[in-house]
Amino acid sequence: MKQLKVIVFQIKDEEYTVPVELVGSIERMMPITRVPGTKTYVKGVMNLRGVVTPVIDLRERFGIDETETTDQTRIITVTINEMNVGLIVDAANDVLDLEEDSIEPPPEVVGTMEAEYIQGVAKLEQRLFILLNLEKVLSKEDVHELKKVYV
Amino acid sequence: METNQYLEVFIDESKEHLQTINDHLLVLEKNPQDLTIVNEIFRSAHTLKGMSATMGYQDLSNLTHKMENVLDAVRNEQVKVDGEMLDVVFDSVDDLEAMVIDISEGGSGERNVERVVQLLQTIENGEALSSIAPPDDGKTSEGTPVQIQLDEFTSSILAQSSELGKNNLHIKVTLREDCLLRAARVYMVFEILEQAGEVVQAQPPVDQLENEEFESTFHVLLVTDESSEELENKINKVSEIESVVAAPYEMGEPQKQEKNQVNDEPVAPQNGETRTKNPNEEKETKQVGNKTIRINIDRLDALMNLFEELVIDRGRLEQISEDLQHTELRETVERMSRISGDLQSIILNMRMVPVEQVFNRFPRMVRQLSRDLNKKIDLHVVGAETELDRTVIDEIGDPLVHLIRNALDHGIESPEEREAKGKPATGKLELKAYHSGNHVFIEISDDGGGINRDKVVQKAVANQVVTEEQAATMTDSQVYDLIMESGFSTADSISDVSGRGVGLDVVKNTIESLGGNITVDSQPGHGSIFSIQLPLTLSIISVMLVEVQKEKYAIPLSSIIETAIVKKEDIMHAHNKKVIDFRGKVVPLVSLMDVLDVPEELEEEEYYSVVIVRKGDKMAALIVNSFIGQQEVVLKSLGDYLSGAFAISGATILGDGQVALILDSNALIK
Repeated sequence: MKQLKVIVFQIKDEEYTVPVELVGSIERMMPITRVPGTKTYVKGVMNLRGVVTPVIDLRERFGIDETETTDQTRIITVTINEMNVGLIVDAANDVLDLEEDSIEPPPEVVGTMEAEYIQGVAKLEQRLFILLNLEKVLSKEDVHELKKVYV
Repeated sequence: METNQYLEVFIDESKEHLQTINDHLLVLEKNPQDLTIVNEIFRSAHTLKGMSATMGYQDLSNLTHKMENVLDAVRNEQVKVDGEMLDVVFDSVDDLEAMVIDISEGGSGERNVERVVQLLQTIENGEALSSIAPPDDGKTSEGTPVQIQLDEFTSSILAQSSELGKNNLHIKVTLREDCLLRAARVYMVFEILEQAGEVVQAQPPVDQLENEEFESTFHVLLVTDESSEELENKINKVSEIESVVAAPYEMGEPQKQEKNQVNDEPVAPQNGETRTKNPNEEKETKQVGNKTIRINIDRLDALMNLFEELVIDRGRLEQISEDLQHTELRETVERMSRISGDLQSIILNMRMVPVEQVFNRFPRMVRQLSRDLNKKIDLHVVGAETELDRTVIDEIGDPLVHLIRNALDHGIESPEEREAKGKPATGKLELKAYHSGNHVFIEISDDGGGINRDKVVQKAVANQVVTEEQAATMTDSQVYDLIMESGFSTADSISDVSGRGVGLDVVKNTIESLGGNITVDSQPGHGSIFSIQLPLTLSIISVMLVEVQKEKYAIPLSSIIETAIVKKEDIMHAHNKKVIDFRGKVVPLVSLMDVLDVPEELEEEEYYSVVIVRKGDKMAALIVNSFIGQQEVVLKSLGDYLSGAFAISGATILGDGQVALILDSNALIK
């Protein structure tokens, strides 16, 4: 049976997963430089060992209210379509093997989060995991807010 | 033979030789009588043939051989240089280039070249000269008497050595006709000879031998302790040697050689000017030459990356030493900064390459295009030695190609039209590169029809780039800039060369993405000039760090004119915009806080700190909260995800590890 190795992270009360091969590293919170003219969920850029890496806040991306940064807050860096992006999550503390058979297509309505970001859901024992569609989450459309020229 | 490790060198050198052939062919076209040029071409072709055969690329070598035959016939004045003949040779060079490119892309270098080969053959046989088949390379020298001439010095050496009981040997070496690496064989033979004794003289002289400027036979006078048989045996061990004859050399006595061989006649000392070499001189010539080495560009890039890391750490160290106020640490850090500054300029210099690399393909292109378009064009290249960073060089080729095509297609008129206008039938196109400050300028100017303002306006209005009212108030240069907006093409008919409406805007974008800019100037009836300004280097730039509220931003020094402090009451209003009077000029004020949406945290002060920046001849004063200072920073991209952020051209990592954004002041001025 085919297995999928995933990193599990937490936002609010729900557990999400991304395939482990897309994840570059998991970092503690670090200073982030704001980039003007971007959507609010784009927190800015950080210095990831010499590489300037954009960071987005998944809470805000999914329309969940902001919380304070805690000791548990992590930045997961992922690489997709040759883009490097850091994702701020509430906590990240698990690596799991999911049976591919246990993954089901997303239900029509899942909480407040827009369903298009969800690739599927998987049940393991008593836990429910949401598989993120990173390509959708990180789609480049409307990252920038429209700006007029000042002079 | 294990050839992989030589493949890169082979490809590089082949390209160089093809370029030389190309260049010389173009010169030859202008001076068809100049046979020395043919010799140059022949030499390059010959080396190329040898190399490709060694590497096992038969097709390449065969075609070069055919081309060489034609050149040889030209050299021997059996074939005349004319347009037709040059076309065929150019064609074969094209084929050769295609083969080399194929090889460099991992192909086998095979290509169907029958047509060109046939054409070459026809020329070689030359209808008018059908009776005289051009002689094969390697045989031409037969029958030409070769003499070894001695000057006094040489003959005194010989006399001395025979008194000492040494053997004076005259050695005649004939290489096999299919020998590929003649210079290498010569070198091997000489090495043997030098071990055995002293080479007193060689015919042809050693430098010619090393450059393969001989056919297949050469002669050497040697002073040695060894016998002639011993030497013959040793030399015969070198491969690709047809025959070796070593015989005692008797001064003043003519020596007989085998019948069908060259007639060697040693001549008694009489001519002091004959070229001779004593052993010392010879050694010198062998050492001269290699002052450069080829380095894989990846290694240079890696070096550059490592150095960028170092620059970031240097910034960090500088900051730490400032905080600690420790004298010795500070001195050491200062010293290190100076050294790394020197290192930086060396590394940047290493990455500089002459624009020639890009320019040298243009003469050929212009020639071809002017034929396709039935126009007469004279191309002038000025300043090809101007150096630019390699990254810029890599990117600048396509935009230039486009601009040149444009100038040929739309700029320069047909010969008839030109004559009707009273201009010389041949149009002029000038390609000029030069340094100025921290920038390199490339100008492409033609003496064609210039840009037709009305046509541009018409088109721009039709394509809804501007409205008619806007157009009416625009200056000429603003109108000319319109042709670089997207979706613009003024050519009435779409031609093969240009005019698909994509292009000039792409050119503009490419150049701006390189941190440069492009301007157009034109005089109707007299031609246009496209002027491109490019930064010398892309990766490390000097910036002024400023604070906007609590955020840090970097402004490239290249766009800053100066900084100033402005009193609040000195601010004036014009058209509802804040402006200041800066040295007699009205300069608009731009609040970076507003533009960049920086959250307000500081109280407003009585004075404004402003940075005056410029774009072309326009200026703007950017309001900041404080100046931090000047610094060298490494330019980094924002990453794909955020690329294209407004007014931000990139980011950099500061000494404290934080990221600061680099402002694109061009975007703030319109």
